[in-house]
Amino acid sequence: MGITVSLGAVLAIIFVALIGGSTPGLQYVFGVFLPYVAFAVFLAGFAYRVVNWGRSPVPFRIPTTAGQEYSLPWIKQSKIDNPSTLWGVLIRMALEILVFRSLFRNTKAELRSGHIVFGPAKWLWLGALAFHWSFLIIAIRHVRLFVEPIPVVVQALDTVDGMLQIGAPALYITDLLLVVAVTYLFLRRLVVPRMRYISLPADYFPLLLIFAIATTGILMRYFIRVDIVGVKTILVGLSTFHPTIPEGIGAIFFIHLTLVAVLLAYFPFSKLMHLGGVFLSPTRNLANNNRMKRHVNPWNYPVKVHTYEAYENEFREQMKEAGIPVERE
Amino acid sequence: MYDANKILIGLAIFLGLMTYPVWSGLGRAVQAPKPEIDTPIIQKMPEKKCVENTHFMKTTHMQLINEWRDDALRKGEREYTNARGEKVLMSLQLTCMNCHSNKDKFCDSCHNYAGVNPYCWDCHLTPKQMKEGI
Amino acid sequence: MAKEPTPKEMQRIDYNPPAPGWMDTPVNIKPGMYCYPAKPEKIMDVDMPNPHKWSVTDEDWHLPADWKETFLEGMRDRLNKHRSFKIFMDICVRCGACADKCHFFLGSGDPKNMPVVRAELLRSVYRGEFTKAGQILGRLAGGRKLTPEVIKELWYYFFQCTECRRCSLFCPYGIDTAEVTIIGRELLNLLGLNINWIQEPVSNCYRIGNHLGLQPHTYKGNIEFLLDDIETYVGIRINPTFNRKGAEILFATPSGDVFAEPGIYTLMGYLMLFEHIGLDYTWSTYASETGNFGFFTSLEMAKRLNYKIYAEAKRLGVKWILGGECGHMWRVIHQYMDTFNGPADFLEEPVSPITGTKFENAKSTKMVHITEFTADLIKHGKLKLDKSRNDHLKVTFHDSCNPARAMGLLEEPRYVIKNVCNHFYEMPENTIREQTFCCGSGSGLNASENMELRLRGGFPRANAVRYVHEKHGVNVLANVCAIDRAALPALMDYWVPGVAVAGISELVANALIMEGEGPRTQNLRGEDIPGREEAGDV
Repeated sequence: MGITVSLGAVLAIIFVALIGGSTPGLQYVFGVFLPYVAFAVFLAGFAYRVVNWGRSPVPFRIPTTAGQEYSLPWIKQSKIDNPSTLWGVLIRMALEILVFRSLFRNTKAELRSGHIVFGPAKWLWLGALAFHWSFLIIAIRHVRLFVEPIPVVVQALDTVDGMLQIGAPALYITDLLLVVAVTYLFLRRLVVPRMRYISLPADYFPLLLIFAIATTGILMRYFIRVDIVGVKTILVGLSTFHPTIPEGIGAIFFIHLTLVAVLLAYFPFSKLMHLGGVFLSPTRNLANNNRMKRHVNPWNYPVKVHTYEAYENEFREQMKEAGIPVERE
Repeated sequence: MYDANKILIGLAIFLGLMTYPVWSGLGRAVQAPKPEIDTPIIQKMPEKKCVENTHFMKTTHMQLINEWRDDALRKGEREYTNARGEKVLMSLQLTCMNCHSNKDKFCDSCHNYAGVNPYCWDCHLTPKQMKEGI
Repeated sequence: MAKEPTPKEMQRIDYNPPAPGWMDTPVNIKPGMYCYPAKPEKIMDVDMPNPHKWSVTDEDWHLPADWKETFLEGMRDRLNKHRSFKIFMDICVRCGACADKCHFFLGSGDPKNMPVVRAELLRSVYRGEFTKAGQILGRLAGGRKLTPEVIKELWYYFFQCTECRRCSLFCPYGIDTAEVTIIGRELLNLLGLNINWIQEPVSNCYRIGNHLGLQPHTYKGNIEFLLDDIETYVGIRINPTFNRKGAEILFATPSGDVFAEPGIYTLMGYLMLFEHIGLDYTWSTYASETGNFGFFTSLEMAKRLNYKIYAEAKRLGVKWILGGECGHMWRVIHQYMDTFNGPADFLEEPVSPITGTKFENAKSTKMVHITEFTADLIKHGKLKLDKSRNDHLKVTFHDSCNPARAMGLLEEPRYVIKNVCNHFYEMPENTIREQTFCCGSGSGLNASENMELRLRGGFPRANAVRYVHEKHGVNVLANVCAIDRAALPALMDYWVPGVAVAGISELVANALIMEGEGPRTQNLRGEDIPGREEAGDV
């Protein structure tokens, strides 16, 4: 069900955008109004979600320790996987966010004639890494279409990404990687029974949406060509608040843009917020210096306890008989 | 423990990066490039037309030139028949640049704007080089 | 009690879930997989809400009238109190990395034991009741409404999680199912739905001081029995003190080791070690429990029980606290105690009176782990050891979940073992250290009525022990946890017969050459040490 609904939703978006993009009067709606609204929703929604998380405190320091603790001086600490300092935490978080350290640890358990055997499982890590990095580089590359003059970094990234010099316009490595990775991530949900069992519409939808974004982008660059100068005119118009829609821009561009707008507007209300959440995960972003530095719980409240006095009052006779010292004879 | 400062700083950095295209332009309008076709040869043309129609040339010239290169250099074919049925010599320097002899005001104006860096000139001489060098 | 399947039957596990989705599969409560409900009087003992009689197999669990509001209100409250909970409800992408990391899933094949689904059980309620999308779109947004049927499912599966955190190690966002289970159990406790195996120890611990309900004279008496045994096997009479003011150190350890095999041998080990080094320390009958079953109930209950340790240390005027071998106990001591009941400004930063070593890593909480303490003693050559007394033992070490994944106590116990045993073999790397597998009985699930659950949950651990047993002839499974000592013997008897379970301090004491000791022909268990019988006869 999840797959059908998600696929239907993506196709519907494409269809609506196709109509809008081919109708001159509606191009302004799809080329200006929708992107503005989507971007505003994205920024405000993202900020709201992060601030909302921040409003809940971290009452306890609960890092998951993945190596040797800081202990006696002659025992070698695992300073990154079990950090006890801010620097250690920063490196741990950097590795987590930039190269998916925890996912790299992944293993695969199988049952072979009554024994559980563990093997390495790096495909998910590789697929995720390819997917996220390609996505990021593609996003940064797109900056060339939003600003004038183009920053050197963006231009350099573009050159590196196209360095294979295959065809004209040059093929981007990240385009290829993104499509392969997103297909892999989708297929594993479809084919692996366990993945299918745990997948929700909210898992299929973003993958299909991103697949559609990548496909329309590639189509537009290599097959259903559009005037790139006209495209940049629209996008620079948006970023400088001088919106304009030049004539002769193909519907494919409006489909691509609308899909991206939907992704942006959907982002804050979805699991995609793991982008922000991963920074705030208390099992990763805290130092394991628990017994060295007291962590304060802002809502720590007094609780009812059973005092020693109450205890001794109940057991005084037995204690005296057993020769255990008491406070009051 | 809230770490509100750290969260807000992080959020500000994220929002700052996301809105870079907006604040870097600060609302000033950017003029789209107008590639000049004001060269002596084009001026002399009774009807100003390229190898194919303008829309096709705007969107697809790079693919056309790429095909020409393959056909001319790898297959040895030098003749291209366009949509109007005319036969054209497949040559960047002798056909394209013959009319568009103003590379910096024609090719470069759009390429720079769109951030495109074609490697035509890795091998080919620019009109200027041709004039000076040969 | 249900008869457990044989190991062969038990190993028939399919890791591929059935086609129907989990939301379409109603909970199927199976005998042998759950613990009996908490007795109402045990709930009343500690003033917890909604004590009532109910039975797991009954259709009607007699939930209080306002059960739904109570649960949802409790959930809202906890979302506002725990960033962890809020984030873990929001950001899971269901990548599936955690799926085959859970010992209960690996041992049962029940797809709802995949950590991702265990959390989704509650997450679906979160989406259905708390998010706009879920309220409007329902199942399309992965949401569902809270019903009595859902409560049963939550209960069944939150008491099939031992809060071991293995899944959190592999999660790319560090989502910790233990955190979800802890809060899930808190919510169930609001409705009076605890299990008795947890509730009764909580009640005992609160009033009497320890889980087993050993009253002060019995506690002391039990230890004196062990002193008699030490005298028999070692030839030395030890006279420890109880509730003594002015001692330098308070020693606190789980009560299970006072009472039952093989934990008592670990306790004998402590007694001998402290005697050998002449430690100025005392036991306490009031703080006679460091294992904290309150932690498996609610964080508030954990704090109420944990209170006694600092309170007693303050009353007795000790300088610092030394803690025995235990798993979840150290989760609470290491990650919660200082926050719950600190600051411990009435104590001093711990310094070993024997070696002068400052325990830097415990300078705020002021409680040191026994293997940190012992490793330091060995490093400084303060213990006279005869490793060969343990030569008939081929030892492997089971990292307990919490010292491993909530603390990082990995090398200390290994260093100690290697210095008191000549034959030490590691289990495969995916099953030890931070990747260690739970004994299957942690977090208050070591009852007898849920034996099938325990045996299934312990299968991955036993599977690794079986590997070194077959390859190296390993016959001792060493550990630093009282629950392990209580739970692993049954697991070994079932899966890997011929492997004994021992605490590390027992191994230390067996190798310890004490001043004035007898011939030492027997170990602390009263068994003849191979190759030494004759010497003893002389």
